[in-house]
Amino acid sequence: MAEQELHPAQAHESAHPSPAKYILIATYLTLITIFEVLIYYVDALQDYFLWIFLVLSAVKFYYVAMFYMHLKFDARIFKTLFIFGLVLATFIMAALLLLFSIII
Amino acid sequence: MATAVGAFGGADHAASKSGVWSWITTVDHKRIGILYGVTAVTFFLIGGFEALLIRLQLAEAESTLIAAGLFNQLFTMHALTMIFLAIMPLGAAFFNFIVPLQIGARDVAFPRLNALSYWLFLFGALLLNSSFIFGGAPDVGWFAYANLTALEYSPSSAVDFFALGMLVLGVSSLAAALNFIITILNLRAPGMTLMRMPVFTWMTLVVSFLLVFALPILTVGLVQLLFWREFGMPFFSAEAGADPLLWQHIFWLFGHPEVYILILPAMGIVSEILPTYSRKPLFGYSTVVFAGVAIGFMGFAVWAHHMFTVGLGSIALAAFSASTMLIAVPTGIKIFNWIATLWGGSIQFTTAMLFALGFVALFVIGGLSGVMHASPPVDTQQQDTYFVVAHLHYVLFGGSIMGLFGGIYYWFPKMTGRLLSEGWGKLHFWLMFIGMNVTFGPMHLVGIDGMPRRINTYDESMGWELLNQIETVGAFIIALSVAVFLVNFFKSVKSGEPAGDDPWDGRTLEWSISSPPPEYNFARIPVVHSNEPFWDQKHPELKHDAPPVIAGGADGEAEESIHMPNPSYWPIVVGFGTALAAGLVIVNPWLASIGAVIGLLGIYGWVFEPAGPEHH
Amino acid sequence: MTTNTTAHESHLATTTGLDHRKLLMWLFLASECLFFGSLIATFLLYKDASVVGPQPHEILNIPVTSTSTFVLLTSSLAMVLALAAVQRNDVVSARFWIFATAFLGATFLGFQVYEFYEFVIHGLTPKTNVFGASFFTLTGFHGAHVTVGVIWLMSLFFYSFRHGLPAERSLDVELCGLYWHFVDIVWVVIFTVVYLIGSLEPAAT
Repeated sequence: MAEQELHPAQAHESAHPSPAKYILIATYLTLITIFEVLIYYVDALQDYFLWIFLVLSAVKFYYVAMFYMHLKFDARIFKTLFIFGLVLATFIMAALLLLFSIII
Repeated sequence: MATAVGAFGGADHAASKSGVWSWITTVDHKRIGILYGVTAVTFFLIGGFEALLIRLQLAEAESTLIAAGLFNQLFTMHALTMIFLAIMPLGAAFFNFIVPLQIGARDVAFPRLNALSYWLFLFGALLLNSSFIFGGAPDVGWFAYANLTALEYSPSSAVDFFALGMLVLGVSSLAAALNFIITILNLRAPGMTLMRMPVFTWMTLVVSFLLVFALPILTVGLVQLLFWREFGMPFFSAEAGADPLLWQHIFWLFGHPEVYILILPAMGIVSEILPTYSRKPLFGYSTVVFAGVAIGFMGFAVWAHHMFTVGLGSIALAAFSASTMLIAVPTGIKIFNWIATLWGGSIQFTTAMLFALGFVALFVIGGLSGVMHASPPVDTQQQDTYFVVAHLHYVLFGGSIMGLFGGIYYWFPKMTGRLLSEGWGKLHFWLMFIGMNVTFGPMHLVGIDGMPRRINTYDESMGWELLNQIETVGAFIIALSVAVFLVNFFKSVKSGEPAGDDPWDGRTLEWSISSPPPEYNFARIPVVHSNEPFWDQKHPELKHDAPPVIAGGADGEAEESIHMPNPSYWPIVVGFGTALAAGLVIVNPWLASIGAVIGLLGIYGWVFEPAGPEHH
Repeated sequence: MTTNTTAHESHLATTTGLDHRKLLMWLFLASECLFFGSLIATFLLYKDASVVGPQPHEILNIPVTSTSTFVLLTSSLAMVLALAAVQRNDVVSARFWIFATAFLGATFLGFQVYEFYEFVIHGLTPKTNVFGASFFTLTGFHGAHVTVGVIWLMSLFFYSFRHGLPAERSLDVELCGLYWHFVDIVWVVIFTVVYLIGSLEPAAT
């Protein structure tokens, strides 16, 4: 919570990506989803499923939040607020799972 | 701002300045603050009455004055009332009234949402308390542990009233917290950077963030509790493979931040009072601010210390023990800063100052007994004894309540234009200070001796009767002090000494405008150059580098050219619909749709309501 | 979303230079992270804890859910195209894309209704076991969020016929979009955690 929000964030409007870029991202998202489902049926990778899926979904999450929700181009305070909520939620989920010894 | 508004504005809001309807439809943050305050004090009296009944029952060994079942309802409702219906809304009263004045704003960011917060709070509080009429109030303790809350162990609707009332109160607090964060971030006067905000405003910001992140967790827990009871979804049924401990984790994930939600507003108030009556700036302003922020952050990492005796395993015990001890550090920093603020100051012992000093003294005691619980072996001894009751009352009564009363004495002149009587006020303080120690001090002793909390009676041979009698006497001294406060309050509202704009030689912006402030607060939005802008304006000789500053006075814009939001009755409609829906869930979940329809119509009306006079 | 108050408020200079409502939306979404986080944590704790079946791997249908995931992701694309159209002052395309978003959202809800119906047929209700309770609560609340989003989008759609959607009111659409994308990324997490990871058979211990 530093003084960052004092920079007026007027200039960002023009930096929004073009529709072509949006469609490209949608293509990525679709490909990743197809990839996930294909991997799901590859038994040899079973031991790595957890990490593969987490990473792939994190990539999808990143694209939607950064480009569709314009976090990449908008004022930093939005990013700070949202990431804070996200990190806190992740921390709490991880802590609960640890406390109930589901993961270690 | 609204220079293009024209002459309609003045006429419009002049039409509706008094009468019940004007209060129902108000969106003025000052009036909403007063509504919060009056409601909170009313519930404080109800919660206090419940406490007196509890103390009467315990004054005598093997007493049969109050039946065990009713006793369970009383201690549960005492806790819920004091926490959610007295301390939190009293804090909200000050957030509402004072924060916009301290940051140089004309209102909050979302005035109608602010009104909605109040109405949801009022109706949620009424819903929770209506359980006394409809088959018995919640009787499962304020943290309502599973499986006591299972349908088979709590067959009445009491637990549903708890869950639904808390859900409505939660929505209210969430809306208020969102509103205050936006207000503080977005409506500060020019020049007021974050590190120039008054400490009370800072603490409001921290509390609001805690609410925004803690309440959703409680909401999930309450929803699960409700689904478990209403629809038989086995969220906490051990026989279905569920773990009832999950409720405890979810509750305390919210519940521990809640503890800081209760204490931080009082810390903010004390950080305003001490410098004013010491005629010195707050010692280590930035340290106090960062300590408050640190307490807020760390508040999310200590919840399991409420659960040391449930069998968490040694690693979890060690981790939460360490984090709990760590959180004492920023708290200690604040206390040293307050003491250093007093050091070398020319101290005036006004009533507000006495309450602030009482806060510091009693909070230190409560903090010390609290940090003892951070050690799991010690906590195992003290868990569920009166020692814990003593600790929590030293922080919540000695801390929060003393701080909030200090705030009432400090800001009452700004709110009403009249001073509270200092004579009655000092009587109030000393009775309350003595009564509080007589009540809660001996609880340490009976607690160490093993007296369990939440037990309606005890055997005479335990030897706890004398101390319990002393505690009961103390409780009635507190009641007397509250009566003194009420007398003082009503006398002063009617015929108190006129306060003037700045009775205490204040340091922050709220003292630069008239008492009570005009509807638009600041005729001209001030320009801020320091964290004590009004003090620096009054005493330019003390500050060489500060340019001459602000003018809050009457020489700003003409009154009728300042546009204020119009009154609206949609907030009360939405609030009523929501609470009605929640209440009807208890009767039949399908009936709840009646309330939901009212709420939705309210939202529709809200969205399409023309708000400004420039849009006829 | 479309009040005159807020239209007025957005003219005010704010301290951060950011609109009140946009800040409110982001803060609300941050808060929602904790809401869905708690629901997901409950699901992860309970998914393999049921005493009686059906267990997750016996009932979750990956092909169907992959399709509905694709539908929801596509709706996000329609949403950004709608916003881009509003910002170009192209009300006809904006209207089309807003409707498309709502339609895809409704399609997603249709998939969810179908899925719930199938599960009930196969013996999994919210009361059956702890997996069912936590699954239906999590996905049900997500579905409720989608429903609110569809209602919001349709309100914008009908509003556009009466009052148009001028570029200077693009914030009304942008806020709806932020909410919509958030609901979408929550689904990205749910699809991974509940369906892909959740449906793996628990390792024998």
